[in-house]
Amino acid sequence: MTQEKELRLMKGNEAVAEAAIRAGADGYFGYPITPQSEILEYLMAAKPYETTGMVVLQAESEVAAINMVYGGAGCGKKVMTTSSSPGISLKQEGISYIAGAELPCLIVNVVRGGPGLGTIQPAQSDYFQAVKGGGHGDYHLIVLAPASVQEMADFVGLGFDLAFKYRNPVMILSDGAIGQMMEKVWLGPYKERSKDVPDWATTGKTPDRERNIITSLHLDSFSEERFNQKLIKKYEEIKSKEVRFEEFNCEDADYVLVAYGTSARVCQKSVQMARAEGLKVGLLRPVTLFPFPSKRISELSTRAKMILSVEMSSGQMVEDVLLAVNGKIPVYHYGRMGGIVTAPDEVVDFLKSKIGG
Amino acid sequence: MNDTNQMNDIIKPGNIVYKRTDLMTDDILHYCPGCGHSTVHRIIAEIIDEEGIQSETIGISPVGCSVYLYNYIDIDCQEAAHGRAPALATAIKRLMPDKYVFTYQGDGDLAAIGTAETIHACNRGENILIVFINNGIYGMTGGQMAPTTIPGMKSSTSPYGRDVEMMGNLIKMTDIVATLPGTYFVTRQSVHSAVNVRRTKKAIRKAFHYQKLKKGTCFVEVVSNCPSNWKMTPVESNKWMEENMFPYYPLGDLKDPEKQQEK
Amino acid sequence: MTEEMIIAGFGGQGVLSMGKILAYSAVMQDMEVSWMPSYGPEMRGGTANVTVIISSEKISSPILRQFDTAIILNQQSMDKFESSVKPGGLLIYDTNGISRHPERKDIDIYRIDAVEEAGKMNNSRIFNMIVLGGFLKIKPIIKFENVIKGLKESLPPRYHDLIPLNEKALERGMEVVRQI
Repeated sequence: MTQEKELRLMKGNEAVAEAAIRAGADGYFGYPITPQSEILEYLMAAKPYETTGMVVLQAESEVAAINMVYGGAGCGKKVMTTSSSPGISLKQEGISYIAGAELPCLIVNVVRGGPGLGTIQPAQSDYFQAVKGGGHGDYHLIVLAPASVQEMADFVGLGFDLAFKYRNPVMILSDGAIGQMMEKVWLGPYKERSKDVPDWATTGKTPDRERNIITSLHLDSFSEERFNQKLIKKYEEIKSKEVRFEEFNCEDADYVLVAYGTSARVCQKSVQMARAEGLKVGLLRPVTLFPFPSKRISELSTRAKMILSVEMSSGQMVEDVLLAVNGKIPVYHYGRMGGIVTAPDEVVDFLKSKIGG
Repeated sequence: MNDTNQMNDIIKPGNIVYKRTDLMTDDILHYCPGCGHSTVHRIIAEIIDEEGIQSETIGISPVGCSVYLYNYIDIDCQEAAHGRAPALATAIKRLMPDKYVFTYQGDGDLAAIGTAETIHACNRGENILIVFINNGIYGMTGGQMAPTTIPGMKSSTSPYGRDVEMMGNLIKMTDIVATLPGTYFVTRQSVHSAVNVRRTKKAIRKAFHYQKLKKGTCFVEVVSNCPSNWKMTPVESNKWMEENMFPYYPLGDLKDPEKQQEK
Repeated sequence: MTEEMIIAGFGGQGVLSMGKILAYSAVMQDMEVSWMPSYGPEMRGGTANVTVIISSEKISSPILRQFDTAIILNQQSMDKFESSVKPGGLLIYDTNGISRHPERKDIDIYRIDAVEEAGKMNNSRIFNMIVLGGFLKIKPIIKFENVIKGLKESLPPRYHDLIPLNEKALERGMEVVRQI
């Protein structure tokens, strides 16, 4: 097996699929939905079950697929599913159970506009669903927001690592633009599938240990509360250790844009355009949406004059930005909806209108 | 000779004619007196014990009365979301093809909310065993109508009896899955008498055997009772089951290729 | 060097694959590249477009409203994208099926009768390569040898016997493109 990195020109969706094989994933369970069906198609064409032994299965529904992930994860295997917004809604029950049973797994959402059947064009309108829980009960996913095809690939391996480190589901929150876009991507070497069996996995009870039970049921209220407290502790640890973000031109910025994923790419261009006009604009790009870089945004808000949150939604992440800024400076939201990707010049125009006003 | 000595004289390994199965845990079963669940649990535990496959078996419990199966049988278990056990089993089996995987599901779980998962796992021919307990009622939630509730049967959501015109017909999942190419062995049994218990045990043992041979999906329905929600004594419930349930759900093998070959 | 372009026409005209070949060619020349297609059910018959950005530097936004170059292959795309060319930019179009010709005075406009030329070469499917040849004649941002390499990368091996034909189409495009 090759040890060197390999350069390819790929769609974001294809990069996820290829990276999964290379990361040594044990299983993929999915159901077709635009704009992410290339992932299942790529895996079926690549036939990893003949090389690495990775299981690939087209399930009868998104509901079945996420529950297959539950079953596989319960055996301590590296398993994943991918879908787009309406399909992710269907998976929410399963995701809640996975979080409740503290199972590691990877879920990729290639977001399209909604609500309902909505559009198949890119959007960032699933932010609340991704970072605030999504299903029922008190829980969080670790949410990674790739802004390039390269990161679509890189975050698969990172996602599995974080999932197993914290026994927690990880979501890659992408969108139709990054899923469908082709860029250069450097792919890591093929990793062997792990033979390690976590001590909690259900692989058959052997005489040297107690039986393992994967469940999220705590009928006794005190037991459920103890479990909730355990989860809170875990999330606090994640918040203290796993915040990731990137900054562009924030050092001297009077105006800070906050944007993730596709919008962060757009805003990089906006920063260049605004700087060319003499405006001191910077960009903070959250790479993790949970945990959110609240502390950094709070720090920036002591120096900057204004923060503009840019997302392809009616304004979801802006609520977390507002919490972080806590009234210190004005915070605005700008973004297009309906599958329209915000254009760089629109952001600059909006920013100028707020500076002028 | 005092009483203790007398007891010790009687209780010795050589005199054992019947004992608790080693694979049943010390947890006290929460099932109502006379309920079929305990018997089917015990049958499964006995087979796993006798076949020596504890370290190779993963069970999946449903949402419903038998959610706590994992407390009673000393094997690795996963508890599934309502109706999704066959999806879990699919992945577990495909990721660990040499293990034994079984689901244990009630009628609401398997034949209502989990219909799609049941049909598709069977249709794909997953090498798993599905144990289906059909007592025609939602036990855990307090006696609501199930998809398998027979016409005229009373439940808390069909208090005047199941009106087929209004509430739809019962569904015979076992008959349906028997028509699918993926199933290998499909049978309907009961545990309301000693002879039926033996037959059910034989059927489930056979299903484990077929799973080892990777023959396809095995599906064992157990027509059972629910004395509490049927509001009957255990004895009455068994009699009622024989007289009213069995005409709709006749016992016997629906599909067993190896039996046909014997003929 | 950064070239921001849009290629727009009917689905099935080879719009997306033209962009893909260009993107692969840029990779062969060690450039950064992004290829952002319109996608959806209107793939065949409806309009299709792809934004291709080729740059010697890291690419920021893959989605733009203003382009250095627009390659326009039907009337709907002309109506939509003529105004999106940056002042001083380039517009290339095939006159086939165009009822309203471009009117802007502040950009360079070239026409290429690729449909007609493809007909002369008895292969309608090389239409897009003729157009690409025309573009590369005007803006030789990728070396010809790298385009051939890119073609090889983007085509499945079973079509590699068609590469000489595609090469000819590229050359024909370079010959027939002309400024208005």
